[in-house]
Amino acid sequence: MAEFHGVKSRWEIKYEWSGGIAISRFMQGLKEGKILGVKCPHCKRVLVPPRIFCERCFIELTEWVELSPRGKINTFSIAYIDTNALPISTPQINAVIDLDDARGIIGIFHIIGEAKPEEIYVGMPVEAVFRPAEERTGSILDIKYFRPLKEGKPNE
Amino acid sequence: MSYEVAVVGVGQTKFEYQSKKTTQELVFEAAKKALDDAGMTLEEIDTVVYGSAPDGFDGINMKGEHVIDAAGALGKPFERVFVGGATGALAPITGYYHVASGLSRATLVICQEKMSPCKPKPQGLFNTIFDEFTDRPMGINLIYIFALEMNRYMTVNKIKLETLAKVSVKNKKNAMDNPYAQLPMEITVEDVLNAPVMAYPVTKYHISPSSDGAAAAVFVNKNIAKYKEKPVWIAGVGWCLDSTYWTNRDLAYPKYVEYAARQAYNMAGIKNPQKEIQVAEPYDPFSYKELQHAEGLLLANRGEGWKLIEEGIAYRDGKLPLSPSGGLLGVGNPIAAAGMMKFNEIVLQLRGDAGKRQVKNNPKVGVVQAWGGLMQFTGVLVLKA
Ligand SMILES: [Zn+2]
Repeated sequence: MAEFHGVKSRWEIKYEWSGGIAISRFMQGLKEGKILGVKCPHCKRVLVPPRIFCERCFIELTEWVELSPRGKINTFSIAYIDTNALPISTPQINAVIDLDDARGIIGIFHIIGEAKPEEIYVGMPVEAVFRPAEERTGSILDIKYFRPLKEGKPNE
Repeated sequence: MSYEVAVVGVGQTKFEYQSKKTTQELVFEAAKKALDDAGMTLEEIDTVVYGSAPDGFDGINMKGEHVIDAAGALGKPFERVFVGGATGALAPITGYYHVASGLSRATLVICQEKMSPCKPKPQGLFNTIFDEFTDRPMGINLIYIFALEMNRYMTVNKIKLETLAKVSVKNKKNAMDNPYAQLPMEITVEDVLNAPVMAYPVTKYHISPSSDGAAAAVFVNKNIAKYKEKPVWIAGVGWCLDSTYWTNRDLAYPKYVEYAARQAYNMAGIKNPQKEIQVAEPYDPFSYKELQHAEGLLLANRGEGWKLIEEGIAYRDGKLPLSPSGGLLGVGNPIAAAGMMKFNEIVLQLRGDAGKRQVKNNPKVGVVQAWGGLMQFTGVLVLKA
């Protein structure tokens, strides 16, 4: 068979998304150093990330609540690769954190900081550490990371 | 009324990374093999169903329209199914409906994926299937989420990494007998445990590879099937999804897989799956997924999927062989085509045509499951000889 030939290309596409009703408010909360959720009056769950509906009860949600930045590690992983599956030099601790004030299975994905990988366990109490106010942009990255909760040392 | 539906032909390409063949060439090769296996020509096909998921992998937007010539779909009703890894079940389920409804006498179902054109690695593209506000800025990919789910599954059910490693060892070994396999190998549990860690607890050998490939099958109604040698009947279908908000899901037990399985079993008249199912291809993109999905498919009690591997049940000579094909871990994972490959394997097993891969219990009833979407979409088919 003859030699194979090919071409190279790339998609240069830019997007700009509106956060809509619920996520815009969630992002505003993050900018103010708060985790906001919406409460379903029917099933009583507090939903994070917030949406304008409860997918189970299928009703519109309008009651906003601020959640404690504390939670427990539902599960964790120690990543040695980046988004493109290329190796990284410093391992990253990924986790799903069940927020204390949410009812039901309501977690948030984030990274864990101020901890060594071998110290982490499922069920570990953690708290959100926000970036300084002037650095926040209204993004999930306004939370710098979650860190293990040390009793008597509130989130400064 | 509905018509009975039989599978009378299957075919697939080799699964490999960086296939030199184009998307169309892979589609044509699998489609032609399935038609040849059925002893049919394109003129006898009324409709064509094509399954492929994220367009971004091969960078061809609106890929469905791109392949119609190669898929044999000129001048016929053509439909694309587009639900990630679950496509490998939803495409045959869609093919089933075309024939069961009476709309078609014969339907050609083709699933294909070409992941390797995406640079630097296809994994990065998975970031774009997730939420643009809360997930994507965090750099999430599928390995990140699988690793989290795997740890939750292990922790809740107190499963050792050694047990999950045995699934990889089994499937990669099964793939040694599969001429289309990308990663057939004989490795040990230690090899799996000591392999480079991608994201703890996932090592390189707990995960299926990125792949290019295609698989296809021909579905016909009873009037055509009666002229065929070994028709395999689609006895039940079901599918179901969990929430898009993945951090709001139960990561230990896939209840939605159970719902899909119950739908398919009810339709097929299966009362006790653990006794009645004789061979299964649960979706195994990662080692733990085979056992977690086997629980969802009710092939093991909840939290006891580990018994299938530890008690030898899941091996080819066991009571309920799982992934005799070699699975995604051994044969490869060209997203949509992976599930279709598993579907075809059950067809071959029930026909007794699986050659060196043939399981020992002379199976008459099998189940296949494919899974994906945003890691929450599953489809199940029950097949009978
Ligand atoms: Zn509700």
